[in-house]
Amino acid sequence: MEPTLDLRAALRDMILARRVDTEAIALQRQGELGLWPSMLGQEAAQVGAGSALRPRDVVFPTYREHAVAWCFGVDPVQLLGLFRGTTMGGWDPAERGFQLYTLVIGAQTLHAVGYAMGIVRDGDVGTGDPDRDRAVLVFLGDGALSEGETNEAFVWAAAQNLPVVFYCQNNQWAISAPFSVQSRVPAAQRASGFGFPGVQVDGNDVAACHAATEQALAQARAGGGPTLIEAVTYRRNPHTTSDDDLRYRDAAENDHWRDLDPVDRLRTALLESGEIDDAFLAEVAAEEQELAERLRTGCRALPVPSHDDPFLHTLHTMTPELARQREEHLALVAAGEEDRA
Amino acid sequence: MSTEPRNQAMAHALNQALRDELDTDPKVLLIGEDIGELGGVFRVTDGLAKDFGPTRVVTSPLGEAGIVGSAIGLAMAGYRPVVEIQFDGFVFPAMNQIVTQLAKYRHRSEGRVSLPVVVRIPVGGGIGAIEHHSESPEAHFAHTPGLRVVCPSTPQEAYSLMRAAIRCEDPVIFLEPKKIYWGKGPVDRSAGAAPREHLDRARVAREGDALTIATYGALTATALGAADELAAEGTEVEVIDLRTIAPLDHETVVASVRRTGRLVIAHEASQSGGIGGELAARVQRDAFFELEAPVLRVTGYDTPYPASRLEEEWLPGLDRLLDACDASLAC
Repeated sequence: MEPTLDLRAALRDMILARRVDTEAIALQRQGELGLWPSMLGQEAAQVGAGSALRPRDVVFPTYREHAVAWCFGVDPVQLLGLFRGTTMGGWDPAERGFQLYTLVIGAQTLHAVGYAMGIVRDGDVGTGDPDRDRAVLVFLGDGALSEGETNEAFVWAAAQNLPVVFYCQNNQWAISAPFSVQSRVPAAQRASGFGFPGVQVDGNDVAACHAATEQALAQARAGGGPTLIEAVTYRRNPHTTSDDDLRYRDAAENDHWRDLDPVDRLRTALLESGEIDDAFLAEVAAEEQELAERLRTGCRALPVPSHDDPFLHTLHTMTPELARQREEHLALVAAGEEDRA
Repeated sequence: MSTEPRNQAMAHALNQALRDELDTDPKVLLIGEDIGELGGVFRVTDGLAKDFGPTRVVTSPLGEAGIVGSAIGLAMAGYRPVVEIQFDGFVFPAMNQIVTQLAKYRHRSEGRVSLPVVVRIPVGGGIGAIEHHSESPEAHFAHTPGLRVVCPSTPQEAYSLMRAAIRCEDPVIFLEPKKIYWGKGPVDRSAGAAPREHLDRARVAREGDALTIATYGALTATALGAADELAAEGTEVEVIDLRTIAPLDHETVVASVRRTGRLVIAHEASQSGGIGGELAARVQRDAFFELEAPVLRVTGYDTPYPASRLEEEWLPGLDRLLDACDASLAC
């Protein structure tokens, strides 16, 4: 199968998604966000995978898939709510099939398996109809490879030949633990023990990531079962804005990966090949400015939920005891507001 | 469908409830270890794989996190999974999925996404079992906002509550007391699913005015036995089957205590941090001046569940319940 990636569009997505990331870091520094997990350096791995999706596919992200969210059409302002403290989610997972970020490492791999079981039961796999067949793309990191739940997910997916693609961004570091803590073999090699293909790609090469994902998704939609993709990349920033990566890794290592930067690499290649010119880049830069402005304004305008919110959404129908607690809490909040007034 | 109640074991009543929901709603499916051809180790799913096929009655790989985690994904895809955890002591590998994912998703999605998953767990002791096969883990679940916890005490209750649980939009932890799996009672299928409110409401299993016993599951029969003995002495005891542990229907208990002035709470689970403490706190809050005696608890001790040769004495039984009733009545 010929890869269908439009490299100009991919570069644009990578530049804009990077701007979402750097803007969010700035918002954290200004006190507008409590925390931000940066994806700097992983743009090719994420845009490569994200651009291979079809609208009916379903994505289960970790908490760092900002560029995949961008590709799938999630409003980047909505990504900020979880980190600003205005929500525990942020968007409607049913609207686009981009599920909520998962903070408990590896837990989402099993949800992906269950969703894929649903797709099989709906008969939406292997029909040959591109408007019907669907697959699940689930993201995980190198740390998640060690979680029992991830390994259970591999077992289930293999045994039932499910339409699910496991996309492991091996960014070398699980907070402070290097990949050698998690595995003696490349992540992709794990797959063969479970009975499905494992593919390792250069995670800083957007075309390679796209091709591998597109092929794996096509196979999954056709009823060919799961694939594990290992995109080898690097988390250039600390784990989150609260982390201090110089306590556990050498700056020289980061310098090495900076030289392999996926955005610089694609930009240089496309300039050299003449596929883009300065005018294209100027256009993207203008879009970036507009996006940054929208993120700053949008972040500050994110609505703070009502104090009612946790009570309303704990159960489908509120229980009498919870109704009593809610009343007590709302009265307390109202009294506090009156005192301040 | 016959409208005549049939005398059925609880395990058969549960089987019938699962069958009737599988028949009614094509989105219902079962997942669990050995639930297919074997029918589960307690045979609750006996015959269902044969009649509904392996895509709706799924024999899962070993792995409880996988069972609950995949059920969450299926629910996101529009299905209503009913999963079986083989024994109470084996639910803990699934606790991450239950507590951090299943219970929280409605809140995380701001009410947009329901996860109608039923987690069936055989619970409790008194069957001479080995380690990890006699546990009472209900307080762990009741302490987790976002879950409902149900524990039936009769075959009819098991039938109706199971059907209601499957139709419920919230995740339900459905605790099946092993000791009474094979105890028989009349089951009227024509009653169908219990009204949804039954998942919020306790049941008065016997009326009385001298003292209230609040309990659930297998101990309900023990409490009724205690009530019989006390009735022979002229003391009429009210027995409340809590039926749902979360939400805990203290209002029915408070209404009873306002009449009787005395409350004994019984459960097999250990005392400290248990359901009894929560119920006692609410009753003293709402009926402090109507209480004639301290609220007493008859529970499992704060030890690991003992070897089965010791369980008969360790478990709260008729004698301990009667002693507690006497102590309350003596105040």
